[in-house]
Amino acid sequence: MSKINKKKHSPGGLLLLILLGLASFGLLLAFLLRGKNVALFNPKGLIAQAQLDLMLLTIIVLLVIALPTLFLVFFIAWKYRESNQKTIHHSGTRHSKLLDLSMWSIPTAFMLVLAVIMWSATHRLVPQKTIAADAKPIRIQVVSMRWKWLFIYPDYNIATVNFVQVPLDTPVQFDLTADEAPMSSFWIPNLGGQLYSMTGHVNRLNLIADTPGDYPGSSAEINGAGFSGMKFTARASNMDDFYRWVQEVKQSPEVLDTATYDGVLEPSENNSVAVYSAYTKGLYDRVLTKYAGSHTQRPAIYEAKH
Amino acid sequence: MKELLLGKLDGNALPHEWFTIAGSISFILLVIITALIITRLKRWKWLWNDWLTSVDPKKIGIMYFFVSGFMLIRGGLDAIMLWLQQALSSGSSQGYLSADHYQQIFTAHGNIMVFFVAMGFIFGLINYIVPLQIGARDLASPFLNTLGFWLFVAGVVMVNMFFLFGGEYAATGWLAVAPLSGKEFSPGVGVDYWIWSLQISGIGTTLGAINFIMTILKMRAPGMTLWKMPMFTWGSLCSMIMAVTVFPLLTATLFLVFFDRYLGTHFFTTLGGGDPMMYTNLIWMWGHPEVYILMLPAFGVFSEVVSTFSRKAIASYTSNVLGMIGVSVLALSVWLHHFFTMGAGANVNAFFGVMTMIIAIPTSVLVFTWIATMYKGRIRFDTPMLWFLGFVVIFAIGGIAGVMLAVPPVDFQLHNSLFLVAHFHSMVIGGVLFGIFCAITYWFPKFTGLKLNERIGRYAFWCWMIGFCMSFIPMYILGMLGATRRLDHYDASTGWQPFFVLMLIGGIIIAIGVALQLAQILASFIQKNRLRDTTGDPWNGRTLEWATASPPQFYNFTVIPHITTRDAFWEKKHHKLPKPAYEDIHMPKNTAAGIYISIFAFLVGFGFVWEIIWLVAVSIIGIIVVFVVRGFNEHPEYTITAAEVQQLEETRARKDLAVSRPEKHDDTDEDMGLWQLIGIVFGFAKDVIRNKRWRKW
Ligand code: HEM
Ligand SMILES: [Cu+2]
Repeated sequence: MSKINKKKHSPGGLLLLILLGLASFGLLLAFLLRGKNVALFNPKGLIAQAQLDLMLLTIIVLLVIALPTLFLVFFIAWKYRESNQKTIHHSGTRHSKLLDLSMWSIPTAFMLVLAVIMWSATHRLVPQKTIAADAKPIRIQVVSMRWKWLFIYPDYNIATVNFVQVPLDTPVQFDLTADEAPMSSFWIPNLGGQLYSMTGHVNRLNLIADTPGDYPGSSAEINGAGFSGMKFTARASNMDDFYRWVQEVKQSPEVLDTATYDGVLEPSENNSVAVYSAYTKGLYDRVLTKYAGSHTQRPAIYEAKH
Repeated sequence: MKELLLGKLDGNALPHEWFTIAGSISFILLVIITALIITRLKRWKWLWNDWLTSVDPKKIGIMYFFVSGFMLIRGGLDAIMLWLQQALSSGSSQGYLSADHYQQIFTAHGNIMVFFVAMGFIFGLINYIVPLQIGARDLASPFLNTLGFWLFVAGVVMVNMFFLFGGEYAATGWLAVAPLSGKEFSPGVGVDYWIWSLQISGIGTTLGAINFIMTILKMRAPGMTLWKMPMFTWGSLCSMIMAVTVFPLLTATLFLVFFDRYLGTHFFTTLGGGDPMMYTNLIWMWGHPEVYILMLPAFGVFSEVVSTFSRKAIASYTSNVLGMIGVSVLALSVWLHHFFTMGAGANVNAFFGVMTMIIAIPTSVLVFTWIATMYKGRIRFDTPMLWFLGFVVIFAIGGIAGVMLAVPPVDFQLHNSLFLVAHFHSMVIGGVLFGIFCAITYWFPKFTGLKLNERIGRYAFWCWMIGFCMSFIPMYILGMLGATRRLDHYDASTGWQPFFVLMLIGGIIIAIGVALQLAQILASFIQKNRLRDTTGDPWNGRTLEWATASPPQFYNFTVIPHITTRDAFWEKKHHKLPKPAYEDIHMPKNTAAGIYISIFAFLVGFGFVWEIIWLVAVSIIGIIVVFVVRGFNEHPEYTITAAEVQQLEETRARKDLAVSRPEKHDDTDEDMGLWQLIGIVFGFAKDVIRNKRWRKW
């Protein structure tokens, strides 16, 4: 064994090698990231921004405890290596109450800090909460199907598939449900976190956009063969453009009546965008009541609106 | 009539796609070649009597290692296939797998890695090491133990059976989320294979766990109080108690899925009053503790290794043990963090967030006890220590990611993304798998009487480290880019492809690491004279397992030791051992009942998959009959008299003496390097070909 120790590179050389390797890998990654939409670091609305801030805060608090700990592990391992003649080695262990105490109290303190941050943030950023803003919130009812997203605008009597447009600086209430589909998860990372959509159940997700643009959305939860292709675009535009778009949709020859709806409901993959100038009244409620008698629960806020 | 006889099974079920054909051919070839080799070597009897029917936990442990090692390669192949698909399938390219096939592969990959690799290795280690560490000769119920092992094997066969019959595995993710796993959305037999593979091996796990709890609580050597138990035994005890607590829940949940699928009940369906959210809760109430069931024994391994290689007793033993107990208790109360996004209110989410953070406290305490143990130690950096240091780095990264995921609003963004996937791979590879590798290098001399080749071991370690970083750092970044998990295709405009390519390269480096580990074992056997350990204690160990010969006699201890202190063996070494007074030893007899029961259990599952009712009925009767016959067997034990023990011991001593004088010409002065190994292998192959040696085989 002693032979191997002698032959081993000095820890300094090894460290240098590791750091060099990591640095060049980091450079490579940075190079590859140029001009990409790093969605989580590219928030386009209040919610996504708040979630990013919270994430960064969490990382910082965690690094403050993790980095010194990691450093300590390697420093101690290096300092008390067998070949180091200059340090004192002990084979016995003295029991120290103080050591025990600090072992438990340091992480406890850190987790306490995090828990406090987390508790208030969780309440502040609860997805069901309507976002406070000057503009009146816009309601969008979302139905996840195999394998596409149907968006219904009850305020404008229009519907779309795999495309949703929202006005800037206006709180958006997505009422998520599903029809003849396994659980899916509605996620537009540039605008904020996801929520599940489930049959017979309304999950409300509040989001808001503050920059015009097209943002990718998808199902984050696996739900069958067409899962990867279940994508949509969320377009944020100013109010005028939004109204112009609504008018455009209203010109569409297609109407989402019951028969059309049943057609849309058929499983299909990689669907392109479709727009409907009107839909049959009560469509969304029918989707919900289809599963009545199951565990149907509507959030209180939903009942209040109806 | 046909339906009565064969259920749903018909010609369509036979392999007809390239991957099932390839799988079936490999499966069948493997069986045939193994059978041929055994026949050629005339080893059937030996295999049956010495291994398959053995109730010796050491042999069962080794058999677990073989099965799990094999499944590691099987699951690793899946991983490479997944990564290859993702590296290719951008934009107009669809890759080489269909979505459905891709989904089956990641489901199988997850099941295999968790149930049949990680669990198998952990059970193997517990089998081999725990009885030695507590000074026991065998287990509380040797029969339950073989039964558990063979049910595990039945699960392994079941998870691969779809290659031969049916051609599809579940395409639902490793936990078969509802309602996707219901008949409505998954009509094929894939989910049924999933159910029965987990059901059978899960019952085996419960039985094994009960057995080990009883063994640890009841069969410790005199004087070994709970608070004198070694760390690995503590970790195993915590882990097994958790297993007994939550595996029945898995069994029940699987039965409910089974009822939904076979009887048309509506527990988890979308219609008819079913509640898929209930399934999500149930499966994670089991699923979260499950990951800690894997982790706790690994924590124990690291404690042992740090202490041995620092040549100090573990610092703050009490804190360390309380840390492990804390983790296992808390782990039962955090399951909801797996679905913050299901829409629970802020209070519920925040509560489970806090619970999850609390669990990070005892986890950090464990790390601190390791630092304190190294402090002022005399640390040597043999490969087990390298695995430990690698573990610390990766575990820290994964831990940070874990706590981030425990903050609900942050989790809304990271849930179901590749960031989450990177988190748990950091934990399961860096934590559990590195722990297993660490344990295997550490205890290999105990298993075989040989130390492992250090040099190639180092190469393997670095391949794992570099490959891991290369695959999983890009995976964390992909999560940040908004990439969800389980994608078989993505748009070119996302620009994700280079990261997926890096992941594939990393995966290949890891595969080289695995190849090197196999080479390491081979090289160690080639240099067996140099690496032989005749002392039984190659690392200057502290715990009782090192007091036995390497490998230990089948009865473990000639004389059961009396324990007075924690590091029992360390203290003993520094005193003169008294000459052993031989005594009669009672050992359990071999039994094949576990094998028979598992074959029947497999057939029950197979019968249910294909709805062959007579097969189910016959097999259930079969199980009952074997149990009854086994119950009437009045002599499950036999006695080795003191004189026989003495003779065995003396033969052993003579043998050890003979091999401890190595033949010099065979002995080089260093562990063999990779090139040398390759040279030897080529030389051997050349010799075989040139001298037509196969004729003699
Ligand atoms: C510091 C300790 C840990 C914390 C705070 C933590 C936290 C979490 C959280 C919050 C999730 C859910 C994320 C989501 O689905 O959005 C998660 C997932 C997971 N964790 Fe951990 N974790 C920790 C340690 C571990 C360990 C030790 C293991 C395994 C040995 C592990 C394995 C997993 C697995 C397998 C999953 C997800 C499985 C899936 O969704 O398929 N974690 N963890
Ligand atoms: Cu968990």
